[in-house]
Amino acid sequence: MPADFNWAVGGEAGDGIDSTGKIFAQALSRAGRHVFTSKDFASRIRGGYTAYKIRTSVGQVRSVVDRLDLLIALTPRTIEENRDELHDGSVIIYDGERTSMQDAPIPDSMVGLDVPLKRLAEEAGGAIMRNVVALGAACAVTEFPIENLDSALEKRFGAKGQKLVENNKEAARKGQSYVTDTYDHDFEYALETTDNDYVLLNGDEAIGMGAIAAGCRFYAGYPITPATNVMEYLTGRIEQYGGHVVQAEDELSAINMALGAARAGARAMTATSGPGIDLMAESFGLVATTETPLVIANIMRSGPSTGMPTKQEQGDLNAMLYGGHGEIPRFVVAPTSIDECFWKTVEAFNLAEQYQLPVYLTADLSMAVTERTFEPDAFDMDAVEIDRGKLVDEEGLAEWQNEKGQFQPHAVTDDGISPRTLPGTADGAHMTTGLEHDELGRRTEDTEMRVTQVDKRERKVETAKEREAWEAREFGDADADTLVVSWGSNEGAIVEAMELLAEEGIDVRFISVPYIFPRPDLGDAIDDAEDVLVVECNSTGQFADLIERDALARVDRINKYNGVRFKADELAAEIEQAVSSPQEVPQ
Amino acid sequence: MSSDVRFTDFKSDKQPTWCPGCGDFGTMNGMMKALANTGNSPDNTFVVAGIGCSGKIGTYMHSYALHGVHGRALPLAAGVKMANPDLEVMAAGGDGDGYSIGVGHFIHAVRRNVDMTYVVMDNRIYGLTKGQASPTSREDFETSTTPEGPKQPPVNPLALALSAGATFIAQSFSSDAMRHTEIVQEAVEHDGFGFVNVFSPCVTFNDVDTYDYFRDELVDVGETDHDPTDIENAQDVILDPEKEYQGVLYRNEQAQAYGAQHGLDDNMAEIPDGAPEDAMDLVREFY
Repeated sequence: MPADFNWAVGGEAGDGIDSTGKIFAQALSRAGRHVFTSKDFASRIRGGYTAYKIRTSVGQVRSVVDRLDLLIALTPRTIEENRDELHDGSVIIYDGERTSMQDAPIPDSMVGLDVPLKRLAEEAGGAIMRNVVALGAACAVTEFPIENLDSALEKRFGAKGQKLVENNKEAARKGQSYVTDTYDHDFEYALETTDNDYVLLNGDEAIGMGAIAAGCRFYAGYPITPATNVMEYLTGRIEQYGGHVVQAEDELSAINMALGAARAGARAMTATSGPGIDLMAESFGLVATTETPLVIANIMRSGPSTGMPTKQEQGDLNAMLYGGHGEIPRFVVAPTSIDECFWKTVEAFNLAEQYQLPVYLTADLSMAVTERTFEPDAFDMDAVEIDRGKLVDEEGLAEWQNEKGQFQPHAVTDDGISPRTLPGTADGAHMTTGLEHDELGRRTEDTEMRVTQVDKRERKVETAKEREAWEAREFGDADADTLVVSWGSNEGAIVEAMELLAEEGIDVRFISVPYIFPRPDLGDAIDDAEDVLVVECNSTGQFADLIERDALARVDRINKYNGVRFKADELAAEIEQAVSSPQEVPQ
Repeated sequence: MSSDVRFTDFKSDKQPTWCPGCGDFGTMNGMMKALANTGNSPDNTFVVAGIGCSGKIGTYMHSYALHGVHGRALPLAAGVKMANPDLEVMAAGGDGDGYSIGVGHFIHAVRRNVDMTYVVMDNRIYGLTKGQASPTSREDFETSTTPEGPKQPPVNPLALALSAGATFIAQSFSSDAMRHTEIVQEAVEHDGFGFVNVFSPCVTFNDVDTYDYFRDELVDVGETDHDPTDIENAQDVILDPEKEYQGVLYRNEQAQAYGAQHGLDDNMAEIPDGAPEDAMDLVREFY
């Protein structure tokens, strides 16, 4: 039996797949096992195939693989959709009493467990608990202590009353004992438990938690998959720290509300996805020209236009780097794992205030809506530092007033960073505008002042390039001939792919880049490598283009844009192939 | 109220570039007087302006101010007020800004009822782009882009506001300085979204909706038995096809403003220099 175990529940949207999967993931986490989840879902409330998948191991799991050991199938389509991932000996739990499942297409080489999920659930108190019966059956197959499932059920249903919790526990036990009593079979799976305590969270939640930790007190947003979870996380929590979440009428409004709050001095953010980024582009230049700190989270999904709203893609890199008319100074930060979503959010707020400009914080669907386990101290709140940049109070104002005693919000400085004072500060009243302006923030078309202000804003970026580390994350053998470069959420799959490649005797150096702009200089690493492979979830290789331009060298590309994230085993095979038969690259 | 703030304190040292005779001069004077009369100062006032001739107002007034992009003044202003409820927030824009490109925000700002003032300088024309039809232009008003008139009825902003659940709807005329100031002042004092549509004539591009027209035609509800707290009274004047009115047309003092409904009373700019003390609780939630 491999060290990892791969489990899934699938059915139609509306079947409660998501909460069923989450309950089992929590049970595994409670049992001290590491968990990495993924979702296949369609953009519908009901109907259409959806699945929740869990990869679990006693050791770290950072990726999904193309292998499924146990499948709870509520529909025949669930089996069809996963046929390629199932293998000889895979267990399929299904309810043969359900009309559509009577002739469930269970392949001969697999173990079909016909369990009357609905009937047993009704015996325990209601048909709605049939998925929990299935979870109990899964406990039997995996010799997994059912007490861990109990505690996950308490967490899920505790607020709705003890009776409901007890009914669910009973439902789980009925599923468990049905399998034990009916099937005399050694399933060869035994999920070991440990005493470790892990937390289980997704990227959107990590971003929301990072925002609160960083002092964000104002969030305005418009619901959009897959960014809505950020808003839902903050709602009900940010208020406890004196903050507020507002659901705007559209993304145009959302970014402007956040901008208004930021002008008032709040650490403010909005989060959206591609279609919202397009709308927000309208005011993006205003944020930068008024030199207002703002964090805009872009949780990418498949585009263009409405694209595939519930599918993975990293296609917005160019939109974030170049979006908006005119020349707009901005930073683009792309955390590479769920715990980094937390830390990079904190950093994004500091960068925004230190350099008084918009910061794109970007994750993607696969990282945003899927969970992973971590040691709690991966989110050590004592390590959170807040730097509000050049903020001046009433006493500090005088230095920045002109001879008439007027405060200069766009004062020209050596590092390009002007002082900032907040509304309500005595003698600090000032305006600013999206028009080109002078140091007082008033409109100007003076040719010299135009150049001075453009240069000043650009100088902030140069200052940031010098002052901040913009460090990449390094993995593997620094002397390896093969260099893999990637950005954003592909890190976990690549790290696991490297372990598989190492077993084949292939050493790889991997540079995982969390900063798109400014970004680390990879010139030496590229010079030193024989093969350079840039891995990303888009069709054209937007990041690879940047790397080529920076290094004045050609790179090979591994692109995926079918809507599904990279998987470790598939990626290992692709890297192996690329290394053994390098693509012809025109020089 | 305040003894030491005069309305001229709200005047910047920048000379307006509005055309001589523009209604916006009077509109702005009334706004400054209303702010001073209600005890505000430039240091606690935040003015948000849209795009158009009216949008220049942030430059000519002295206060904290933000001149945004076209049509988005209302969400900007709402964000300012929500983040710091201690500020007096006033948004100003034109009829194009508020009723055309920004009309979606207008409806939702009315519904949201944030405690702020919204002054629309309505001249029924696009002036800054030199004379095209606006959403409040008359059906037969001939312009460079509508040689035979827009051939569609003008937007009735007062009716839009009423149907969206407004808590304060008023209309004034920039040239009637005293009444205009009184009306804007009532909007500032209103605990909620105080909306004032101000007839602010364009002397360069609009020869129909002129000073003379408004002087002759406007009926002041203050001189009638109009009861602004009676929604049917309000409907009658707002939907009257024959006459136009000035004064406070509708007011609902029962409705709670957004901030009160959502318990917003903290200045969100004030935060600790690290994560909140009990922030590890947020992590523990994920056990």
